[in-house]
Amino acid sequence: MTTQNLAGDFYTQCFLSEQDESGRVILNMGPQHPSTHGVLRVIIEMEGEYISRAEPVIGYLHRMHEKMGEVKTYHQYMPNMGRVDYLHALAWNWAYIGAVEKLCQIEVPRRAEFIRVITCEMNRICSHLVWWGAYLLDLGAFTPIMYAFDDREQALDLLQMITGSRLTYCYYRFGGVRTDIDNQFISGARDFCKLMKSRLPMYKDLVTDNYILRKRCEEIGELPLEMARRYGATGPVLRGSGQKYDVRRAEPYSVYPELDFDIPVFNECDAMARYRVRVAEMEQSVRIIEQALSKLPKGDVMAPKAPKRIKPPKGDVYFAVEGARGKIGVYLASDGSSTPYRLKLRSPSYSNLSLFAELAQGTLLADAVSILGSLDLVIPEIDR
Amino acid sequence: MNLFEEIREAVKGLYSLAVGMGVTGRYFVKPEVTVHYPRKTVDNIQTYSGHVELLQGKKNPLESDCIMCGTCERNCPSGCLTVKYEEIVEENPEPEKKKKKTKKMTGLIYDYSYCSLCGQCIENCPVDALGFSNHVYWAEFDRCNITLDLLARLREKLSKSS
Ligand code: SF4
Ligand code: SF4
Repeated sequence: MTTQNLAGDFYTQCFLSEQDESGRVILNMGPQHPSTHGVLRVIIEMEGEYISRAEPVIGYLHRMHEKMGEVKTYHQYMPNMGRVDYLHALAWNWAYIGAVEKLCQIEVPRRAEFIRVITCEMNRICSHLVWWGAYLLDLGAFTPIMYAFDDREQALDLLQMITGSRLTYCYYRFGGVRTDIDNQFISGARDFCKLMKSRLPMYKDLVTDNYILRKRCEEIGELPLEMARRYGATGPVLRGSGQKYDVRRAEPYSVYPELDFDIPVFNECDAMARYRVRVAEMEQSVRIIEQALSKLPKGDVMAPKAPKRIKPPKGDVYFAVEGARGKIGVYLASDGSSTPYRLKLRSPSYSNLSLFAELAQGTLLADAVSILGSLDLVIPEIDR
Repeated sequence: MNLFEEIREAVKGLYSLAVGMGVTGRYFVKPEVTVHYPRKTVDNIQTYSGHVELLQGKKNPLESDCIMCGTCERNCPSGCLTVKYEEIVEENPEPEKKKKKTKKMTGLIYDYSYCSLCGQCIENCPVDALGFSNHVYWAEFDRCNITLDLLARLREKLSKSS
C-alpha cells in the first residue's frame, strides 16, 4: 500500500486508478527505452508475461510547431518542416509548400515538379532504410543496420549535393526548388538506383527470408482492416492490412499521375506484412526515380513570377502528400495577413501510434517491441 | 509440436543462419566503407553547407558588398543575425543642403546556435553578400562561444589571403 502511494507520477497514478484488478505489475517502457527511438513512453500493465493494458504517454518532444506557424511569416516557417519528421523531411516540406502554393495559386515549373519527385522518393528510400535497420536492431539483428546505413549514405551524399544538408532539409520553395540538379547528380542518382536494385535481393536473402526473423514478425500484431480504419491509420500500416490507399494515387498531386508505379498491398495484417510493404515500396521508389530521371524536362526550377513576400488571400486550404509513414496533411487558414491564422499539421505517426494500445493487448512484452517497431513511429512527428 | 517438427524448425533456422552468414562473409572480404573519424575525414563534405558567412565583395574585393539594409535580420526565422553599423554625419560644404550621412559597418553578429541553415538570409540579400561556408566541423563546448562576427571573420580571411 505504501509503495503504491509513493510510486509513479501523474500518468502512472491515473493508469493505476483505472486498474480493475489490483496486484498487477505496472511497467514504464520509455521515455528512454531504446526501442521507442525517441522519447515516447508507454505505460504497460503486465499479467505475467502478457500485456493486459497499454497506454502511450506523449508530449515529451512537443515543440509548438503549430503555434510557431501562427507567429512566423510564410517564408520563416519553412525550416520547421524539416524538423517535424526528420526521416522524411522533404515530404513535410512538400506538404507545407504545396498548401501555400495552392492557396496563392503559384504555378510550379515542370522541371521543378520532377526534381521534387526525385528528391522526395530518394528521401523515402532513406527513411525506409533507417526504419529497416532500426526495426531489425530492435529485434536483435545487428548487421542489417550497417548495410542500410551504407546505402543510405549514398543517397544522402546526393541529396547533400543539391540541398546542402543531410537530414533536416529545407529545399523546396514557393514556386519551385532552391537549386537545380546537374549532370553529376543525375548520373549519381542513376548509380544509386542500380545500387539499390543490387542490394534489395541481398536484403531479401539476409533478412526477409530469414526463418528466425519471420518467427518474430509473422502473426504478430495482427491489425484488422476495420481497426486500422477506425484509428485513421495510413501509409504502410494501412496497406499492410490490405487497403490499397496511397495519397499519390488517391489524391494525385504533382506529376505522379504521369509516372508508372504500383502500390504494394499485403493482406496478412501482421508485422511482417507491414515489413513487406515497406521493402516493396523501396523498389517502387527506385522505379519512380528512374522514370522521373528519364522524363526530366528542361526549363526553370523556380517560377519566374514566384512572389518574394507571401500574402495570401483570405481562405483556407488543405493539401496532403504521401510520406514514408502515411498521409501528411497541412491545413492552412489565412486571414489575409503575412502570417497564417491557423496551421494544422496532420501527422501519420500520431494515428498509427493511437492503435498501439489496442493492438498490444494480450501480447507478449517481447512482441510489443516488435509491434511498436513495425508501426515505424517518428516521435517528433507525433508530438509536433 | 512433436519431435519431428522441432527438428525441422531447428534445421530451417540453421539454414537461414547459414545464408545470412554467407552474405556477411562475402561483405567481410570487401574493402571497408566506414571512416575512422577523426583519424581520417571524408572528402565529400564540400557540398555540405556550413554556417552562414559574408562573402568577398564583387565590386570591392577587399570588403563585403553588404549595404546594411537589414533584410537578412528581418527574414531570419530565429533572429540569428544582427547588423551593426555607425552613422557618420559629415557637414555638407553647401550649407543649405542636408548633412551627408554615411553608414559604416562595424560588424555582423551571427548566432550559430539558433541557425537552422535554411538559407532565407542568403536568398533574400539584395546584393548577394551572404553565402554558406565550408567550415563544417565547427563545434564548441560552451554555447556563448558559438557566435561569430562575420565581418571580422571576412576581414581576417582577406588579410590572410592577400
Ligand atoms: S540560414 Fe536561416 S536561420 Fe541561419 S541565419 Fe540565415 S536565415 Fe537565419
Ligand atoms: S541582407 Fe545582405 S546587404 Fe542587407 S544587411 Fe544582410 S548581408 Fe547586408
